[in-house]
Amino acid sequence: MTATGKPAAAASLRGGPRRGRVRSGTRRGVPLPLLLPALLGLAFLLLPLLALVVRAPWSTLPDQLTSTEVWQALRLSLLCATCATLVSLVLGVPLAWVLARTDFPGRGLVRALVTLPLVLPPVVGGVALLLALGRNGVVGQWLDDWFGVTLPFTTAGVVVAEAFVAMPFLVISVEGTLRAADPRYEEAATTLGASRFTAFRRVTLPLIAPGVAAGAVLAWARALGEFGATITFAGNFPGRTQTMPLSVYLAMQSNPEAAIALSLVLLAVSIAVLAGLRDRWMTAS
Amino acid sequence: MTDTDRTTPGPVPGPGGDGGLDARLVVERDAFRLDVTLTAAPGEVLALLGPNGAGKTTALRALAGLVALSDGHLRLDGAELDRTPPESRPVGVVFQDYLLFPHLTALDNVAFGPRCQGASKSAARERAAGWLERMGLAEHANAKPRRLSGGQAQRVALARALATRPRLLLLDEPLAALDARTRLDVRAQLRRHLAEFEAVAVLVTHDPLDAMVLADRLVVIEDGAVVQEGAPSDIARRPRTDYIAQLVGLNLFRGHADGHTVRLGDGPTVDVTVTELLAGDVFVAFPPSAVTLYRERPAGVSARNLWRCEVAGLETHGDLIRADLTGELPLAADLTTVSAAELDLRPGATVWASVKASQTHAYPA
Repeated sequence: MTATGKPAAAASLRGGPRRGRVRSGTRRGVPLPLLLPALLGLAFLLLPLLALVVRAPWSTLPDQLTSTEVWQALRLSLLCATCATLVSLVLGVPLAWVLARTDFPGRGLVRALVTLPLVLPPVVGGVALLLALGRNGVVGQWLDDWFGVTLPFTTAGVVVAEAFVAMPFLVISVEGTLRAADPRYEEAATTLGASRFTAFRRVTLPLIAPGVAAGAVLAWARALGEFGATITFAGNFPGRTQTMPLSVYLAMQSNPEAAIALSLVLLAVSIAVLAGLRDRWMTAS
Repeated sequence: MTDTDRTTPGPVPGPGGDGGLDARLVVERDAFRLDVTLTAAPGEVLALLGPNGAGKTTALRALAGLVALSDGHLRLDGAELDRTPPESRPVGVVFQDYLLFPHLTALDNVAFGPRCQGASKSAARERAAGWLERMGLAEHANAKPRRLSGGQAQRVALARALATRPRLLLLDEPLAALDARTRLDVRAQLRRHLAEFEAVAVLVTHDPLDAMVLADRLVVIEDGAVVQEGAPSDIARRPRTDYIAQLVGLNLFRGHADGHTVRLGDGPTVDVTVTELLAGDVFVAFPPSAVTLYRERPAGVSARNLWRCEVAGLETHGDLIRADLTGELPLAADLTTVSAAELDLRPGATVWASVKASQTHAYPA
């Protein structure tokens, strides 16, 4: 792709990096009534993170992080978030395509419903999932009867809860990218004999890959931090459904030092995600 | 594709029979209605010429199947295509800005069509390589589209469209995206490739020069309807609408002929003397260079074909000055910079315009 030697993790967008223009002489003459709250706001956002770093039990940190519970929770978190992201990709990208490229009655409503989990309190999502997929749920009872599949309070349940919360992020991101992409490439592919699906697979998907990647990272980060839906739908069993956020919450009550250590790990992961997306976000506008 | 693959012997003059294109395209959309009939024999190059918004591109998209027909029919080599989805039509399209897939190399862009038609990856690539070689692009096979110049991209787009062996090749403003310098070369190359193409080619353009150089026959579309069609030379000599007259650079008037005199319709009656002996509704055309301007009413010139006008505007036109005149007869006149200066022409000035009967051309409307 581009000749610049940037890390490949960056969702290398066409047009190349446009960094280095962030501060371009707009600092002069910022009115005080704007500057003061702005600085306060910045401090408000950064101070807690700073406190986390300052108060971290650096001396005992290696021991905290090498304990089996931490590794168990971390492994489970990474596994479940990754699975939830895959589920979101498999279901969410086609959903985004349908929302962006087709026109059907009630499309606006469907779109609104897709975004509902974005604003829904995750605990409510968890309750709703129990009612739908729980052992006595609307669909869950059939799953149990016919296939012997039980989702609540299992690792698969964690994946379901995380995907429920995270998929809208992916759908919205991919739909936006699709809308920005030129649909005439699909037409060109069609005139070359490609079916609509082939056109999607061989032309559209590669073209929107950066957007899909960004959406996937976003969904993955959201899944990693998921708490409410997970604990409601999947419970809190160490090694099976206890993900990092759950174990942070639990540790906070018994072993605050461990909670801080776990939080630091999650913070590091978040920063890594942000770094991976910097081209997309930090150069915006 | 090699020459031995061809099944059609060569261009057959004149539309008709089973071969070629036979279409009536009706597309209704909001307040716009397109209704054009297009026929072309195999080997023929048809140019759809018209102003922006006339419906040329819509006609092209209807031929490709990207826009559904509201009415009419579409037959290609005797086969009905109206209900055939675009991916199953034997139609190749060169889009205005080419729409080369940016993530694929030139070779894979050209191989895309054969792949979709079921060729194996290596066979498709082999065929694509052959096409690129024919276009003189063999060394750019592995370049991504954004590394190609405008002219090269145009040829890759043409190769990509031809690689599916279409029976109908559509070109949407094939030269519009090129700068003037490249245009000259690409136009000549495109002309050669179109001459070699054995099936029907339809190109859309708003540039009369492209149309005349590339096409065997012009179809002029205005407001969704065909206003004139014929050989380029015929259309250039005998325009039938103001738009075409402007394109080919002629003053055009419609009137009623009685012998050598044509009485022009609108406004106060104006007579034009012509050489042709005609009766009934006619067009009168003459080039702006045939118009002579005088500041005072010329004494020695006969009163025939002499009109009092006012200069509405002046602009440079090549190395000439073109004067737009209003008054008894609205017309355009070309004159040299020197004579423009001598006449002291400026907007608002009154002038006398005359044209010799021998330089006019009248033909039935």
